[in-house]
Formats: sequence, structure tokens, C-alpha cells
Amino acid sequence: MSDENRFDPNVTRRELMAGAVAAGVAASVPAGLAFADEAAPAAVPAVGGSAVEMGVKLIVNGQPHALSIDPRATLLDTLRETLSLTGTKKGCDHGQCGACTVHVNGERALSCLMLAAQCEGDQITTIEGIANGDELHPVQKAFIDHDGFQCGYCTSGQIMSAVALIKEGHATTEDEVRELMSGNLCRCGAYPNICKAVMDAQGKLAGSGI
Amino acid sequence: MQPFTYEKATDQAAAARAVAAEKTAKYLAGGTTLVDLMKLYVETPTKLVDIKRLPMAEIRREADGSISIGAGVTNSAVAYHELVQKEYAVLSQAILAGASTQIRNVATVGGNLLQRTRCPYFRDGISNCNKRTPGSGCDMATGFNRTAAVLGTSDRCVATYPGDMAIALLSLDAVVHVATDQATRKIAIDDFFLLPGNTPEKETSLSHGEIITAVSLPRIDGGTKQGYVKVRDRASYEFALASAAAVLWMDGGTITQARISLGGVASKPWRAKETEAMLAGKKPDSALFREAAAASLKAATPMKYNAFKPELATRAIERVLTELTQAA
Repeated sequence: MSDENRFDPNVTRRELMAGAVAAGVAASVPAGLAFADEAAPAAVPAVGGSAVEMGVKLIVNGQPHALSIDPRATLLDTLRETLSLTGTKKGCDHGQCGACTVHVNGERALSCLMLAAQCEGDQITTIEGIANGDELHPVQKAFIDHDGFQCGYCTSGQIMSAVALIKEGHATTEDEVRELMSGNLCRCGAYPNICKAVMDAQGKLAGSGI
Repeated sequence: MQPFTYEKATDQAAAARAVAAEKTAKYLAGGTTLVDLMKLYVETPTKLVDIKRLPMAEIRREADGSISIGAGVTNSAVAYHELVQKEYAVLSQAILAGASTQIRNVATVGGNLLQRTRCPYFRDGISNCNKRTPGSGCDMATGFNRTAAVLGTSDRCVATYPGDMAIALLSLDAVVHVATDQATRKIAIDDFFLLPGNTPEKETSLSHGEIITAVSLPRIDGGTKQGYVKVRDRASYEFALASAAAVLWMDGGTITQARISLGGVASKPWRAKETEAMLAGKKPDSALFREAAAASLKAATPMKYNAFKPELATRAIERVLTELTQAA
């Protein structure tokens, strides 16, 4: 194995994957046919023609951002591709799985079903914004304590949903947690442990004001 | 998505003018239906007028005792509102039986009324579908039509109305308030939704550019029993195969009046008038419930894969009636 393929703890999985894809493209495209522009991830695939970009001001995890985006950009794509906040996951991209759950003004919402332009002036919170520095949010900690995941792809959505669920205060039993978390699918089927994590975190957060 | 221009509405009249001026312009509220369908190229508006911030997000009691729900109120806000839970429980139950908290937090009352069918042949963007591409045919009628409607369908379209909220609104005799920049009008909820007939692409009696401003619920006189039963393929976060909303007025042990509506089985929110007529003035009785429920499904036109629906809807009605009249 060459030096460049050695494990580097400073390289994230995403960067590694992007590098691997780029290497694959370079290897498979004949010289002279490689389009440098296409290797760069576009904010929104330009299917169906081009659109004029528009200025949008977003507040994400307390930080203001002045962006120029395609009006078609969803909040999800803008978080991931423009702001590089890749903790929010794209699952189905059609509002059927909950992986993209974020908070808009403190309420849980699906970032794949809203345009970024609609969220101007709103307080957006993502999974990157709920810990207190190096101290995990109690719900994050509960998911670790109860092993509330296998592959982890749905986990940021589950946690964002659970944090809001606890604040909403409508779920006191495990059955109610299951019903009011039903918008978050887990294909690994970690539901029993997710439920335990949510119930545990809810108990610990009761009256804590978080 | 097709490219579009996006503008934020500053006031209701300006929004109405902006949409009216462009035939392919649309209002954007929560976006939970529209953005999804735009990704699928089923909806291809050239202009979106964002009405989310217009001041239509209030629930208030009117002088005549009715309740007015602004079109921009989110589904969650309606479902958990004290007045709604107390006096219009069927509406709260129906909303909470649909979608997920994430979607209910964003979806609005006005937008919910305009949600489109989940017919897979409509959504796939490829099949023949008279609702999506008028005149192209209906592949659902001869295809895998397990989720298709059995009431109100036509040769052109067998798509099912998918929602829950409107089923409850129908049982509450709700009124839809709409406006242009010039005028306002009120539409009874049953007249708001259209049967597919020869024009399944036209689903409501709204004219282009008209904006839904509010939904009002008439005052309910006297104590009622209200309930919503929804049957679906999984326990939560799924559209109805059959659902039944019921509002019963009782005097002693007698049902004096019943309003019952069906979801999941018809082209539009469906009033079970035959059932209502058979219940009025009667005492609760399981044989009566069975017979009265079945009466509203007599006109059903099941197809190859949805022959179970008339029986399922009949049982949904029976169950909601039984639960309401057994409760202390």
C-alpha cells in the first residue's frame, strides 16, 4: 500500500470517499475526456436547466451565513453541500424516512422537504449544534449508553427528533415514544434500544431545563 | 426540479396578484407536498410565491361561536390547540393519525387541503395518468390497484384522496374561506373537493390564483361523541387504506344525529350519508352499525386488487361507532 492510502486520523470518511471516487473517475476516464468541473460536487444537480441564484441569509447553529444559492436548493442540500454540515443525512429525500431531521425555531422538521429560501431568518439547529462544546447532549449520551444504533445513518435524525420530542412533552410511555418517533425509520431495526435511550434521556432531562 | 423564480409574499393581496398573473405560478406554504412533487417533476411551477410568513396563523373563536383556523396554522398547532381538542376532537385525532411530527410541524391547514394523491402511477412521472397528463390514460385502473379508490372514481381516474385532516373537516361541516386580491368567498368543504369525472387534473373548486385564507368550524351545539379510526399497512406514518371519522349527537341512549365520513377509499373525502340516515333516531346496536355501515359502501366499484376495501371501510365505520357508543 502506498503512503497516500495509509489511514490518516485527520481524514474524515466523507473526504476519503470523495477522494476514492475522484481517483476512480480519473482511472476510468480516458485522457482528454476528463471534465474538471464535473468532479466538483454541485450544490444542486442542474437537471432541467439552469436557474438564477439568489441571496439567502441563514442562521445555522447560531451562526449567520449569507449565501448565494439556487432557489431549488433544499435546506438539506444547502446544509450538506454549501455549509459542509454533513451530520444531517439524506435518506429518501422525499419525507419518508426522517434522516434529515433538523430543528427550525426549535421544532423538528424535515430539511429535505423545505427550500433553504423558505428558512430565511429562522433559527436552524443541526446535530452539529446540540452538544455543549465537548460535552454531549444528554440524548446523544443516552444513544451511546443504550447502543441506540447499528449503522448510524439514521442516528442524527433520530437524536434531533428525540430532543424535540422530549421538549414537546407529549410522550410519557414507550408506546407514545414509538408513535411520536414514527417519522424516523431505522432500517437496522434498532428501535428497542432507541426507545430505551429516549425514555432514559427523558427521565434525566425532566426538570433540567435543557 | 424545474427552475423557478421564488418570491416572498409581503401581503395577501400582492400574493394573490403574483400567482394570478402567471398561469404556472403556485403558492408555497409548508412545502411538504409541493417540494416533494417538484423533485419528482410531477409539479413544475415556474414561480413560487412563499406565503408562509403571511399573518394567517391564528386560531380564534368568532362571535357566532364558530372557530376560525388560519390557513397558515401548522397541523401540529391545530391538533394540540385546546379549543380543537375540547370541541373538535375528531380533527385533532385525524391530524395526529397522519404523517409524522416533523411533517405536521411544517404542513399547514391550507396546504393540507391541497395535498395530492399518493397513487404511484401519478407520482412516478412515467405512467399514463390523466391526473398528471390529461388524456394519457389511467394505468392504475389496469395495474396494481390495491390502494385505488372504490367510491367516486371515473373511467379517467381511480386515485384515492390521501389525507386525514379533510376527512375530519367533512364530518364537522367545515367551511373553506378563499380570496383573490379583489374578493372573498366561502366554500362548503364537500363542495371544495371535486370528483374526478372527465377532468381528474382538477381536484378542487379553487380558481387559479385564489388563496385559501382560513377554515372555519361551525359551533357544535350540545355534547357530541367524536372519533377517528384509521386502518393502514403499518401502525403509524402511513396513509389510510380505509378511515372513518364520526361525530355523534346523543340524547340519552339514542343517536339523534350522525355525521360520518370516509378516507382512503374514495376519490375525495367521502360523506357516508346512507349510514348517517340509518343511524338517526336509533339506539346503538351492533347489527344496526353493520347494516348502516355497509349501506355507504353499496355503490363501491372495486377492482382486481382492492376488493378488500369495501369490507375494510365498513368495519372502520363499525369500529368507530362501537368505540364511541361503548365509551362511558
